[in-house]
Amino acid sequence: MPHFTKPAEGSWTEHYGLGTGPISYEDSISPAHYELERDAIFRRTWLNVGRVEQLPKRGSYFTKELDAARTSVVVLRDSEEQVRAFHNICRHRGNKLVWNDYPWEETSGVCRQFTCKYHGWRYNLQGECTFVQQEDEFFDLDKSDYGLAPVRAEVWEGFIFVNLDKEDTTPLHEYLGELGAGLAGYPFDKLTEVHRYRSEVKSNWKLYIDAFTEFYHAPVLHAKQAVADESRKLQQHGYEALAYKIDGPHGMVSSWGGMSPPKDLNMVKPIERVLRSGLFGPWDVPDLGLDELPPGLNPAQHPAWGMDSFLFFPNFMILVWKTNWVLTYHYWPTSYNTHIFEGTLYFAPPKNARERLAQEMAVVTFKEYGLQDSNTLEATQTMLESRAVTEFPLNDQEILLRLLHKTAHDYVEEYQGPKRETPVRVSAAS
Amino acid sequence: MSLLPAEFADLEPFAEWAIPTERARYEKRLSKTMDELQGFYDAAFARLDAGTSYLEQYDLNDMPDEAKRLVWLFCSLVTVSFPVEVWRQPKVPDSGSTALEAVAEPAV
Repeated sequence: MPHFTKPAEGSWTEHYGLGTGPISYEDSISPAHYELERDAIFRRTWLNVGRVEQLPKRGSYFTKELDAARTSVVVLRDSEEQVRAFHNICRHRGNKLVWNDYPWEETSGVCRQFTCKYHGWRYNLQGECTFVQQEDEFFDLDKSDYGLAPVRAEVWEGFIFVNLDKEDTTPLHEYLGELGAGLAGYPFDKLTEVHRYRSEVKSNWKLYIDAFTEFYHAPVLHAKQAVADESRKLQQHGYEALAYKIDGPHGMVSSWGGMSPPKDLNMVKPIERVLRSGLFGPWDVPDLGLDELPPGLNPAQHPAWGMDSFLFFPNFMILVWKTNWVLTYHYWPTSYNTHIFEGTLYFAPPKNARERLAQEMAVVTFKEYGLQDSNTLEATQTMLESRAVTEFPLNDQEILLRLLHKTAHDYVEEYQGPKRETPVRVSAAS
Repeated sequence: MSLLPAEFADLEPFAEWAIPTERARYEKRLSKTMDELQGFYDAAFARLDAGTSYLEQYDLNDMPDEAKRLVWLFCSLVTVSFPVEVWRQPKVPDSGSTALEAVAEPAV
């Protein structure tokens, strides 16, 4: 018997017409399928590579390794304050243009121009080639033909996205659809206290998204993280979302979250009581000047609302907490069974050490949970690869997993040939 | 020479835990026995409430070095709290060889 109302069809999964049968995980264990995903998905969708706060002034830049999309990009603020992106390659003989010490490591900084380490060709912040070493030695070379190769870059709510597809001209805000529009106006720009974590995970990229788009696992996998009585209660209760929303390739899950602060202080660990903080963030909520939530948050308008978790296809998640902080996840594939996970926590700048320590408590708790999640994925990947079992049932609280795997399949099929149908934009009949 | 504010001289034996980065605090935790973690936890936890009140007199961006070290020491207390309060082991249960490394964090 559900604690929270489900759609008239009886389940979220049927409401969104995603099918109720078991699913195959062949898409997560096949090297050949991964090669298709690189071109069909990572070279053809909007990818979030950072935030505008990482480019505070003219000449600020950072590089982003996009192994899955077979390139590296340099993202910068040009001399007219515009955010631009270029393929990170010198036009002379293909050397990676911007890097330090190790060519595969990401870097950032501020500069007036980019100079190639190899032969000293220079490019200004607009990407124009401004200097060629021994230009007279070349044959009819016109520098204006040798600007950096541009990559489309657009900004949504301070998040910078790039798109490597030269043909698809869908603007970013249109790609992000109804779920993106519903978040517009959230004061992301006020959450400038940033903690970023990175992990090399030995699983397919979709498996980690699977783990973070369902909370069915939380009362079980993380049982040892809570005090014993609370852990037993959580397992008996299980997990039910307040609501799910799907629009096109993107989805969201809306969750309750009565832990910040908890109803009963005995539910939490001693240090959480003193620091007034924990997994759900600091209990004393900073004022972000938010009179009312953007319409996309707490779609069920439930009083027990605690957090909404959005998946913007293919690999970007935003978690917005009732307690006025934000968590983002990125999953950057490096092979069919490895990827780099990034988890970034954004808080309002703390006013004093007490607030800083409350944030530290939330950060460390995130890390402890993340370590368990990552290791479980390795255990899943290796056994999926055994192919001893090939079909797996998913419950209604795992609806966003169906969406992710179906969407990824649809992009691959569309890429493979014109005889196939284009992906249908999934959205509720209501 | 004392490293911490005079009011917290009782924590001087644990000044090795005044570590400025989360990554290094976590490494320290993994290098210690449960008895050592418990000893630090007991001493620091008893002073946490008084310590956060004391630190509130300072602007977070303009602190004397002794006060900064006290903040770092309490950050380490946060780092050791899960092992002491919940698991009775320095490592996260079932976390194997997994690592989750801080690549950016605000300096205190």
